Amino acid sequence: MSEHEHREPVSFSRAKATDPHMQPAAKDPVGMERRIAILFILAFGLFAAFGACYWVNASAWTLGATMGGGLLLLGVGLVAWGKYLMPKGPFVEERHDMASSSEDRDAFAATIVERGGGIVKRRPVLGGLLGAGVGVFSLVAIFPLLRSLGPNPGNTLLVTDWKKKAHLVDSTGRRIHVDDLSIGSAVTVFPKGYENDDQAQSMDQTILIRIADHDITTQKGRETWGPQGYVAYSKLCTHLGCPVGLYERELKLLVCPCHQSMFDVTNGAIPNFGPAPRPLPQLPLYVDSEGYLRAQNGFDEPVGPGFWERK
Amino acid sequence: MTDIAVNTKRAKKAQAGPYGKVGQALNGLDDRLGVAKGGRTFMDKIFPDHWSFMLGEIALYSFVVLLVTGIFLTLYYVPSSSIVTYHGPYLPLDGQKFSEAYASSINLSFSVRAGLLMRQMHHWACDIFVGSIVVHMCRVFFTGAFRKPRELNWSIGLTLLTLAIVNGFIGYSLPDDLVSGTGIRIAYSIILSIPVVGTHLAFWLFGGNFPGTVILGRFYAIHILILPLVILGLVGAHLGLLVRQKHTQFPGEGRTEKNVVGSPMFPIFMAKTTGFLFLVGGAIALLGAFAQINPIWQFGPYDNIAKISYAVQPDWYMGFLDGALRIFPAWSFHSFGYTIPIEVLFPAVILPGIVFTLGYLWPNLEARITKDDEIHNLLDRPRDRPHRTAAGAGILSLLFMLFIASSTDVIANYMHISLNEVLIAMRVLVLVSPFIGYAVAYYICKELQGVEKAGKRKTHNIVTRTATGEYVTVAAPMNVNDMHAELHAVPVPNYIEDDAVAASASSTAGVRTVDR
Ligand code: HEM
Ligand code: FES
Repeated sequence: MSEHEHREPVSFSRAKATDPHMQPAAKDPVGMERRIAILFILAFGLFAAFGACYWVNASAWTLGATMGGGLLLLGVGLVAWGKYLMPKGPFVEERHDMASSSEDRDAFAATIVERGGGIVKRRPVLGGLLGAGVGVFSLVAIFPLLRSLGPNPGNTLLVTDWKKKAHLVDSTGRRIHVDDLSIGSAVTVFPKGYENDDQAQSMDQTILIRIADHDITTQKGRETWGPQGYVAYSKLCTHLGCPVGLYERELKLLVCPCHQSMFDVTNGAIPNFGPAPRPLPQLPLYVDSEGYLRAQNGFDEPVGPGFWERK
Repeated sequence: MTDIAVNTKRAKKAQAGPYGKVGQALNGLDDRLGVAKGGRTFMDKIFPDHWSFMLGEIALYSFVVLLVTGIFLTLYYVPSSSIVTYHGPYLPLDGQKFSEAYASSINLSFSVRAGLLMRQMHHWACDIFVGSIVVHMCRVFFTGAFRKPRELNWSIGLTLLTLAIVNGFIGYSLPDDLVSGTGIRIAYSIILSIPVVGTHLAFWLFGGNFPGTVILGRFYAIHILILPLVILGLVGAHLGLLVRQKHTQFPGEGRTEKNVVGSPMFPIFMAKTTGFLFLVGGAIALLGAFAQINPIWQFGPYDNIAKISYAVQPDWYMGFLDGALRIFPAWSFHSFGYTIPIEVLFPAVILPGIVFTLGYLWPNLEARITKDDEIHNLLDRPRDRPHRTAAGAGILSLLFMLFIASSTDVIANYMHISLNEVLIAMRVLVLVSPFIGYAVAYYICKELQGVEKAGKRKTHNIVTRTATGEYVTVAAPMNVNDMHAELHAVPVPNYIEDDAVAASASSTAGVRTVDR
């Protein structure tokens, strides 16, 4: 090998089969050819097997194994062919400057600046009007397009379907009775009549938890919101709106599965860990004369994650 | 072209010309499009042989796999959120009601022939696509391949990375399982967090409040048509610029700013690269066959809110965002009746915005700082540009730490420490990691600069004990097989045949050999 090291590069026209650059890299080209042939034959076999597997509707892994195996063998063979049996080179290619000659550059710049600029300068009014026309068209074209993509937010994000005296129902629409939950259990509830619509997922879902068997006060001003140990909080995490679905019964914490914000349900669902910036809004509850749980009122603040128009 | 040896078979078909039917067809093409000259140059284009030039090829070929498997998936996937009752071979879900999108993805996994394989290959190809783009970018960055004249291709590459991430995210939102639903919900809330226009943007994209009924259809159009087309166009531009500007190369014997040394397009590179396409495809097929990915039937459908959510992790390339969202403090800002949810805006919008903007500006920033307006075709060794290498290492450390931060809960569980301690540790690590990454990389570069021939194979020493009991150490001579003998590069031959008659000066015109 080393005897080639300082050999003059041969010119192309004499690049005959005897030139070292044109030699295959393989020491034993015939043997290499044979090995590659075996790879290709095996690949054919695997592809045929793939066809058969597909025909008999075999499992995904047999399909993938036969197809993938065949492709791999074909690939190895082809790479080996290129690497070991084709001229080993190395070969060289000249690189030419991207830049054109300075005359060409000047002529080009002159075309743009003098010819183009001159025309616009000579007719400034036309140029301005054309610009204005295209500008107006773009604005007019963009606005209706965007506008028809979706409605204005309005107050959609500010209110939920929880209204005064709304019954708490589960996802099947069954009203929740004060005897339904044992202490320590939790259920997802919706305002009656809205348990199955889109809003149920995005805005209304609320988690009802029974913490104790006596009335509880989670915060000042919320003295009557937790009758008979029941509290209800919006289930939308105030961080990014994931459903805060994990209730840690021992610790009396609601945990968000997304980024582990934790809300203390005995204390107005104030977050005591994680990136959530606000407590979960609390739904004021009462027990009606038949013993069913109802909302005293809707939430007193927007539910879910923050946004610009949120007061 | 004169004096080309013609063998007897060709003589019989003399009327077909020296290159037979193919030659005739090519002449026909050339009559109409004039492709001969450019085509010849293209066939002779030299590709450097260094392994690191393969990284971009991995990206290209996994994109090919994405296109092929994706077309298969479109034949069966239904982008509809209307509720259907599932009946099929997957019994745990039999009789349940959920969206048609989820049902069709379940059908793809259990009822369509080769459907599961195609789904898993598509997902694996996506992960490999994004991963290989990242590694390819690292190669380009650390070797300075982005310098003049290739700044534009650097920006195209960065755009491709962004689009690949976005399309990947939209793709795994399509099956409408619990993971996708959660991901879409988070994406929606991130858009909401943008000041002033956020709610409008979100309502435009979703056609109203989350989840609405149009988002799957829109995501579908974006995922299978709009973004693939844009990506395809940009890939074309990327490769077009590559051919126009030619490859960079590492310095070495016979390699100068004025040439490229390697293998010619046809047939050597073509054989290798086609083989490599099969290798990438084969590897992805095997992954799709044996490595389960995104088992949506285990996650369950999204719309069952009463069910407790699975602790979900996004695909790896979204990890750094998830990590940033986890560890950023709960700093919501509001006044004058408006809210700026900084706890979301900073980690999910501003931070990636800064990182990507820095990426786009880097070639210009570096040129300005180093006052370097030269054309560069020879690559740097990373150690020779310690500040650049260190800066890259700093950014990568930061992103990597954010990625680790996306599994705070897993770490806490696994190491039996409190979530709070993990959180504090991660905050510290994220803040210091870019500086540590910078310092360590800088130090390593400086050390390596002092090491003569670092990176080359060392020879062993021979220790001999002399008669007087003295020990003498001498370096062993290099093993012949360790010696790196390189041939001199020669221009690409255009006719490889034993009996080719040589010496036609015209055919070598314009091709010169390397100056030594
Ligand atoms: C730019 C490249 C692309 C990326 C990064 C990408 C990524 C993804 C990912 C991660 C998934 C989720 C797969 C799963 O686990 O179910 C997906 C689903 C899907 N992709 Fe792509 N994809 C790309 C291009 C395409 C193209 C070109 C098509 C079609 C022409 C396509 C059609 C689909 C379909 C129909 C699904 C839904 C399959 C299901 O729900 O089971 N993708 N994509
Ligand atoms: S969405 Fe609940 S913590 Fe992030």
